[in-house]
Amino acid sequence: MNEWAALLMRLLFSRAPVCPVLVKYFYCKQIDLYIKRTFVRNAYILASKQRESAVLSGNLSEPAHSMTERGMDLAAGVLRFAAVTALTFLGLLAITFFIGRVVPIDPVVAVVGDRATQEVYEATRQALGLDRPLLVQFGIYVRDVLTGDLGVSLTTGRPVVEDLARFFPATVEMATAGILIGVLLGVPMGVIAAARAGSWLDQVIRVLGLLGYSVPAFWMGLVGLAVFYAGLGWVAGPGRIDIFYDGLVPTVTGLLTVDALLAGDWTIFGNAVSHLILPAAILGFFSLAYIARMTRSFMLDQLAQEFVTTARVKGVSEWAVIWKHAFYPIRVQLVTVIGLSYAVLLEGSVMVEIVFSWPGIGNYLTTALLRADMAAVLGATILIGTVFIVINRLSDLLYRVFDPRSR
Amino acid sequence: MPPLLELKNLRVSFPGPRGPVEVVRGVSFDLGRERLGIVGESGSGKSLTGRSILRLLRPPAKVSVDHLRFDGQDLMAMSDRQMRAVRGARISMVMQDPRYSLNPVMTVGAQIAEALRVHERIPRRAVRARVLDMLEKVRIHDPEHVMRLYPHEVSGGMGQRVMIAMMLIPKPDILIADEPTSALDVSVQAQVLDLIEEMIAENGMGLILISHDLDLVARYCDRVLVMNRGEVVEELQAGALHSAQHPYTRGLLESVPRMNETRRFLPVMDRVAGMGT
Repeated sequence: MNEWAALLMRLLFSRAPVCPVLVKYFYCKQIDLYIKRTFVRNAYILASKQRESAVLSGNLSEPAHSMTERGMDLAAGVLRFAAVTALTFLGLLAITFFIGRVVPIDPVVAVVGDRATQEVYEATRQALGLDRPLLVQFGIYVRDVLTGDLGVSLTTGRPVVEDLARFFPATVEMATAGILIGVLLGVPMGVIAAARAGSWLDQVIRVLGLLGYSVPAFWMGLVGLAVFYAGLGWVAGPGRIDIFYDGLVPTVTGLLTVDALLAGDWTIFGNAVSHLILPAAILGFFSLAYIARMTRSFMLDQLAQEFVTTARVKGVSEWAVIWKHAFYPIRVQLVTVIGLSYAVLLEGSVMVEIVFSWPGIGNYLTTALLRADMAAVLGATILIGTVFIVINRLSDLLYRVFDPRSR
Repeated sequence: MPPLLELKNLRVSFPGPRGPVEVVRGVSFDLGRERLGIVGESGSGKSLTGRSILRLLRPPAKVSVDHLRFDGQDLMAMSDRQMRAVRGARISMVMQDPRYSLNPVMTVGAQIAEALRVHERIPRRAVRARVLDMLEKVRIHDPEHVMRLYPHEVSGGMGQRVMIAMMLIPKPDILIADEPTSALDVSVQAQVLDLIEEMIAENGMGLILISHDLDLVARYCDRVLVMNRGEVVEELQAGALHSAQHPYTRGLLESVPRMNETRRFLPVMDRVAGMGT
């Protein structure tokens, strides 16, 4: 038996991840329920709105809204949107700030070391502003963050902002590739599973989804490497790019594949893709499992609706019934699901990043945590939190674009 | 000449915990270019009968029929593609509640246009003209405006008129109206039914009006089938409804409250016989 096959067998049997599988499965069920309930509530609110407006528009001769009123509505909406976003961001800063104060790491000692004299200690304490009231400190913190100052990382000795700018693109690249795979495969799979509910195809897709839910990422990563890199040699191994090609293309976006394309270097592009494809496929598989499951249940809801029967009565083909009538309305919910999965990939790919030695934000955060590098940890937390907020707000915005009832 | 629609011995059953439950048990009728009413209480199988004609019931429902002929063709033997050419274009159906039966994310105009476009290849401009024309026919005053509205922006009565426009635009031969007014205010019910009646007369179509409202059916139909527990218990001319003989029909008639009477209790239908399901 070859070496890699032996490795694969060992991984398959010695680490049989039964316990985490079950725990994770039930945990995900809970999240599912939560999201479904949220949608049911939203749908309910929309429906009651609809009833109201149906009553109101009974008299159609009067113009619905004058232009100026519409403009005012829009302005008020934009203002509210901006206010909510700003408040959420402030909440995020407050949480990270207080975490930074609560952890049993003395920021002064972290700077001066534990052999400094009392005077040096006090001087540094004052220089860092730690003798001021907490609220004032928070104010300064907010100001610093807003001006782009996240402090200096103890591990790398560089400003945290610079570090993040170096590490984050790698994560973005992997997560984006992952979510693309997840959406392009997961959505059609979910739709097909719902359209053929109960068939063998549906069962296969459901089992795939269950696997994606329950198999730990590091295990998938190791098996993937054992099979496709060590065994079959189809893809390149860990890292973003072969050492030989490192630093050959000028950094423009920070995404190696895009930069290579911009530089017109196909060899490097090919190498980067070969490194990217396996971790991205693994992330994609996890989001695919989730997206397919949610798509399936949304589609089942829609297919049971009366307007789908109406479409069939009209003589619309089954393909158009499914994609045009049933799928069209669920784009809205899907946007939220996809947005959340993307956000999770952006922050939750730590395991995959470590297995693949991917120089991304997850790796950076873990290293910083293990070395008690608080500035780096908080900086990365703020970045990830911001990404979550932005994606959430964007999907809210898309809700309004996609659903005529919420305009 | 054979009738337009021939239905013989229609049976529909659903699997239940103790074997299949038969909910339509051998319904037969012929339909010409006339107005046929089907009445019965909830669960008597009248809607299922309507939907079976269009072969809209999907598993786990089981449909069996001795024959179902439309215009000389056997509907049960048709392929899905052939059946789609019948749906909408030849036999159409007005559904119950426009709030649920119109697609919430498509404009009214797009939905009506779709009903036309799946059956006829005509240029976009002509489609638009036909849609506007149809909307005007169902007495919508500002069709240009209404076309651009979404279903939640129109009232129930208008929604049902949109539904009628959508179902009649390919000029079908038979219209099945499944409780077309039960979701509407009393004040607009008559308008909608008058509209259906007028369109039917204008195009010389056949109508199957499914309802639980006896007076309504008596007024808008030529012939009435009374259904109970999945069976047709009596068939009468609409004018003769009030001289019905069958005890079930009599019971239904008795249960209708009148304006000019005082009764302490409305009689309650004896449903013991129906407990079998």
